[in-house]
Amino acid sequence: MANLEVDFLGMHLKNPFVLASGILGTSPSLMERCALEGAGGITSKSCGAEPRVGHANPVAIAWEGGVINAIGLTNPGAGEEVDLLRKTKKRLAAMHVPLFASIFAPTVTQFGEVARIIAEAEPDLIEVNISCPNVGSEFGTPFSASASSAAEVTREVRRSVGLPISIKLAPNVPNIVEIARAVAEEGADAITAVNTMPAMLIDAFAAAPVLKNRTGGLSGPALKPVALRCVAEIASRVKLPIIGTGGISSGVDAAEMIMAGATLVGVGSAVWRDGPAAFGRIGRDLSGFMDQERYNRIKAMRGKAIQ
Amino acid sequence: MKHEGLFTPYRIAEARIENRITRTLIFDAPMEGIQPGQYVMAWLPGCGEKPFSISGDEPLAITVADVGSFSHALTQLEQGDPVWIRGPFGVGFSLSGERHLLVGGGYGAAPLSLLARCAMEKGHTVAVALGAKTESDLMLVSIFRKMGCQVYLATEDGSVGVKGLVTGVLEKAFVEINPETLYACGPNPMLMRLARITREENLPVQLSFEALIRCGVGLCGSCELPEAVCLKLGIRPGFLICHDGPVVRV
Repeated sequence: MANLEVDFLGMHLKNPFVLASGILGTSPSLMERCALEGAGGITSKSCGAEPRVGHANPVAIAWEGGVINAIGLTNPGAGEEVDLLRKTKKRLAAMHVPLFASIFAPTVTQFGEVARIIAEAEPDLIEVNISCPNVGSEFGTPFSASASSAAEVTREVRRSVGLPISIKLAPNVPNIVEIARAVAEEGADAITAVNTMPAMLIDAFAAAPVLKNRTGGLSGPALKPVALRCVAEIASRVKLPIIGTGGISSGVDAAEMIMAGATLVGVGSAVWRDGPAAFGRIGRDLSGFMDQERYNRIKAMRGKAIQ
Repeated sequence: MKHEGLFTPYRIAEARIENRITRTLIFDAPMEGIQPGQYVMAWLPGCGEKPFSISGDEPLAITVADVGSFSHALTQLEQGDPVWIRGPFGVGFSLSGERHLLVGGGYGAAPLSLLARCAMEKGHTVAVALGAKTESDLMLVSIFRKMGCQVYLATEDGSVGVKGLVTGVLEKAFVEINPETLYACGPNPMLMRLARITREENLPVQLSFEALIRCGVGLCGSCELPEAVCLKLGIRPGFLICHDGPVVRV
C-alpha cells in the first residue's frame, strides 16, 4: 500500500485530503464525521463577524457538470463560531486531524478583527476567503480580484494573528500568479486555489435563472481543468504550499492535482455523490493508483506534470 | 438530457382538498424510481423552493399544507399550472415484514399514504394510526380506509377517535395487528416518544424527520439532525436529513 502521509507547514497529515470550506457547515459532529470517514484535514465554513442566514432557495443545484451554489455565507457569527471550533478542534485533535478555520469579511480591517476572534479557538490554520463569488451585491468586488487588494487583506490578517494563514484565491482573474506572488510577499504561509467559478444556470421552461441569487459558484468536474491550470501556474512560479481545490472526485483526479503542484487536495462537491464516505473512496482510489504507477509517496508525484 | 439534480416542470392535473389548510397536488406525469418516504424539491420561479414528501408516484403527487408564503402560493395553483420539481432525494422507508403499523402526526400522514399503497399491493397487513389537534386537521383518513387499511384515530380535543396523542392508540394497534415494524412521520416530540415506546416493545422502527432543507444534495449541512437527538436514538451523530434521511432506522 502506498503511503498517503503528507507534511504541510509543520503539520503531519495522514493523507492529503482536506474537506473544502463551505461543505457541511461548521457543526462539530459533521466535521468529526468527515474525519472519521477518512479526511486528512478539515476546513470549516467561512465565518464572518456577524451571523448570516444566507440566500433564499434554490441555493444549490446539481447538474451534469457538477454543482452550482449560492448558499450566501450562512454562518453563526465569529462569537458563536469560536465555541464550535473549539469543540471541533478537540474532537479532531484526538484523531490527529488538523482544523483549518475559514474566515471572510466585507472590509480589510474586519478581516483582521475576525481573524483575531477566530484565533482564540486555536485552529491549526486560518484560511482567508477573499473570493466568495456569491455576495457581490452586498460586498462589492471580491478582494481576490486584484493583487493589491489581496495583498492588503493578507497584510492585515498576518499582522493580526500568529497562526499559519492560507489565502483562498479566485479562478476568474487574468493573472493568478501575480496575485499569489503578492500574498506570498505579505507573509501568507500557503495558498488555497481555487474558489468556485461564478456561473449561471437558466431554466428554459421557466425562462429564469435557477438560483434565487441568479448566479452562483460552479464546482465539481466542470471546475477541475480550471483549478488544475491555476494550481499549475502558481506552483511553477511561487514557492508556497498549495491546497489544490476544485472538482476532485476520484483518486486519479487527486493525483492530477498533486502533479499540478498541490501539497494538499481540497474535496468539496464530491461529497454530494456519496456523502462524507467520499473521503474513504477517494483515498483508496489514490492509493490504488500509486501502487499501480509505482509511486511510494505523495511527494514523488508532486509537481510531476509541470517539471 | 434530464439530470437527476435539475428541475422538470410538472403540470397540476388535480388539486385535491385534504382538510382546511392542506391540498394534494396530483401532477400530470409519473416520477420513476421513488421509494416511499423520499422527498422532492418544488420550485416556483421567483417565489421560492421547499422540500415536500412524496404522497404518490404514478402520477407524482405532493401534499402541501398552507403554512407559509411559499406553501400558500402552491395551494393557490390550479389545474394546468406548472410546478418545477427536482428529485427524488434522500433515503425513504423500506418495508420489513408483512404486518406494518404506520403512525402519522398531522401532515406526517402524507408520505405514509404511498408506503401504505406499496404494502397493500404486496398483500401485507397495514394499520394506520393518525393523530391531530382536532378532527378537521386530520387528513387522508378516507384514502387509507379505501385502500383497506385498519385506521386508528386520535385527536387532542377528542372531536374524533381517542382523546389525546396518537401514541395513546398504539397499545390497541399492537394487540390487534401485532406489527413487525413501525413507520412514522410527524413532529419531533412524537417521533422521540415512538423511539422510546418501540425500544420498550423491542419493535423495529423507521422514523421520518422534518428539517430545514436548503441545498437538498447533502452539501450545506443546514439539515443536520441535532447531535442530542442522534445520541438519544442511538445513531451516529452528523446525520444529514436531506441525504442520509429523512428516514432514520433505529
